[in-house]
Amino acid sequence: MFELSFIWAGIIAFAVLVYVILDGFDLGVGILFPFARSERDRATMMNSIAPIWDGNETWLVLGGGGLFAVFPLAYAIVMPALYMPIILMLLALIFRGVAFEYRWRGERWKHIWDHAFFGGSIVAAFTQGIALGALVQGIEVEGRAYSGAWWDWLTMFSLLTGAAVVVGYALLGACWLNMKTIGDLQVQMRGYAKPLAAATLGFIGLASLLTPFQDVEYFHRWFDMPGVLFSVIVPAALLACAWALFTGLRDAKDVQPFLAALGLFVLCFVGIGISFYPNIVPPNLTIAEAAAPDSSLWFALVGTVVLVPLILIYTAYAYWVFRGKVDPDEGYH
Amino acid sequence: MFDGLTAETLARMQFAFTVSFHIIFPAFSIGLASYLAVLNGLWLRTRDRTYLHLFDYWKKIFAVAFGMGVVSGIVMSYQFGTNWAVFSDKTGPVLGPLMAYEVLSAFFLEAGFLGIMLFGRKRVGNSLHMLATGMVAFGTLISATWILSVNSWMQTPAGFAMNDLGQFVPEDWWQIVFNPSFPYRLVHMVLAAFLTTALVVGATGALHLLRDRQDKAARRMFSMAMWMLTLVAPLQIFAGDAHGLNTLEHQPAKVMAMEGHYDSHPEGAPLILFGIPNAAEKRIDYAVEIPKLSSLILKHDLNAPLDGLDTIPDEDEPPVWIVFWSFRVMVALGFAMLGLGIWSLWRRVRGRLYDAPWLHRAAVAMGPAGFVAVLAGWITTEVGRQPFTVYGLLRTSDSLSPVDAPAVATSLVAFIMVYFFIFGAGTLYLLAMMNKGVNVVNHDLQSGPIRTAGLTPSQQADDEIETQKDETNV
Repeated sequence: MFELSFIWAGIIAFAVLVYVILDGFDLGVGILFPFARSERDRATMMNSIAPIWDGNETWLVLGGGGLFAVFPLAYAIVMPALYMPIILMLLALIFRGVAFEYRWRGERWKHIWDHAFFGGSIVAAFTQGIALGALVQGIEVEGRAYSGAWWDWLTMFSLLTGAAVVVGYALLGACWLNMKTIGDLQVQMRGYAKPLAAATLGFIGLASLLTPFQDVEYFHRWFDMPGVLFSVIVPAALLACAWALFTGLRDAKDVQPFLAALGLFVLCFVGIGISFYPNIVPPNLTIAEAAAPDSSLWFALVGTVVLVPLILIYTAYAYWVFRGKVDPDEGYH
Repeated sequence: MFDGLTAETLARMQFAFTVSFHIIFPAFSIGLASYLAVLNGLWLRTRDRTYLHLFDYWKKIFAVAFGMGVVSGIVMSYQFGTNWAVFSDKTGPVLGPLMAYEVLSAFFLEAGFLGIMLFGRKRVGNSLHMLATGMVAFGTLISATWILSVNSWMQTPAGFAMNDLGQFVPEDWWQIVFNPSFPYRLVHMVLAAFLTTALVVGATGALHLLRDRQDKAARRMFSMAMWMLTLVAPLQIFAGDAHGLNTLEHQPAKVMAMEGHYDSHPEGAPLILFGIPNAAEKRIDYAVEIPKLSSLILKHDLNAPLDGLDTIPDEDEPPVWIVFWSFRVMVALGFAMLGLGIWSLWRRVRGRLYDAPWLHRAAVAMGPAGFVAVLAGWITTEVGRQPFTVYGLLRTSDSLSPVDAPAVATSLVAFIMVYFFIFGAGTLYLLAMMNKGVNVVNHDLQSGPIRTAGLTPSQQADDEIETQKDETNV
């Protein structure tokens, strides 16, 4: 019953997408951290994500854990193939994660944890982008195992996607801060958002042009009939989001630029999905091949159908509790 | 530097290192989350401000420990794939869903409500704040349940079949989750977490009592911690004994290594108190023994025969030296905890609990004992499972990723450097926080993260205002 594995592919894709857009903006805040003009601004930036970053990062654990649960073969192939970028990402997330608590524990070491926060954020973003690029490029498989070398992931293309994700996350972070802050900091971040948006669109264009050269299959999936009728929607919607982003920034809107920037990410994600389908690890491992037996898929599905909506509800509630602008003055009596 | 070290050895070192660091934080945060929920509940019920002050004090410590647990836990969730890919491919259909349930039912619960618990009292009101605190505590317990089910299945696999790809395929989820050693292991671990927290809280209280016997908050936390110790330490010894009997039934080789029984004893086995395991000659050198006691403990019969490692093929023998000693460390610390509990009970009955500097010094000295015992216990059970990852079925040497030794070596060195730096700093911060008195910390705004997001002022500033109001009203 292969539909079950496709339902699961959808759920895993959803978890990864939620991770990218949620941790994307809070990693972005870390990437923009050194550009803050004062200690007060730094505190405000960090405070804007302090109550929620932990929940955001849990989606990454679900992505990894979910892959292990329902596509163990894909997990067993991808992790060794992306060994170095993943280890680097984990180390970066350690530095960044502890910075939230440590930087308030004493003046003497504060600057070290500020660097850890920035460094951890940028390295995590860059390695995630590299991992994406390495996947798009394709992973060598022999039998049931990765058969490439441990530097195969490092190419010009993966470095490009790494840089793209750093710039894209910085855009999300700038739009988030534009939404959550007031005064000089908001103006500063709104100012950054424009060039970051332009750069992000440039990277999206470049990556889209290069992707068909990674594997001719990608080209067919996009441009063969009748798929092309569907896939043409993606670039059209992308242009609409770009327009909403730029006008939102021009008119100094709070929420619109953030939603538009999220839209860009969702559409890129859909685009990658179109390129990959029906593979889970390009170029050869399909969703159906990588899936665990149906008994595993059913068992996990029952709980997921109940728990994921619950998670979304209380996560939304937590965001609602901490809604509105961060007020730096009130925070620092 | 790594000549002669195979990818397998390095991967095992890496797993042992990262998991040993990781287990420290859950062992502390499981107990501390429950303690915070109790403190919050007592504050709401009695309106005794000491409870609120204790809650605010320990919540900051919890936040730091929890943060370290989260980041070291993310490493664990990816390490199965990076270093143990064949294990992941083969056991994923059984273990993957259990871990996915841990994420879905526990991690999200903790993460979702943590922000509200730490910064949200003023924003959501007391009842919802209590609910959030309860949810965080509940989440830590659910998390322990799933991960111990996973670990227990690796020790005592059940409810599965093998398919023609060599994968473990689930047949009966009830048997998988509630596998034979799971209940024992879960109870033993949760009690260990409560004891670990009680020892830390007790040591902190004792430290401040040594400085000022009248310190109300210090008295309260010392008393609560000693109650916990007095009640739970005997329970734990009982649970540990039951767990040992279960292990003898399902993993006899592990018990033989723990007991140091190289030879079979057809007419009653002695209990080897101390000795030096000699792997080459397969005997315990300089053994100090009590005749027949091992048979009495394990079979409740002085003359019951006990098999030794001579009945196990050499290639299936766990490393005796490590298991033998780690087990003794754990048991000795368990009895030391029991002793501390009884001592405190005796002082309490005589009405001298806060007037007992030697008891307080002993409590301070025993502060880290829970962590050491937890580590020793995990080493006993995990090393005792070797040379298998899935006991009797999948060898550790057949579980490895196709990753070259230099890659594993590089990442191992990186983990060691980062962990010592990051968790060393974190431990120093934790000690510094515990070194400060409850009243000092709660009135020192600079010492805590003043983190706000939203329209209303800092929750902490609010608590301060509320506390001051309370004080003026009284």
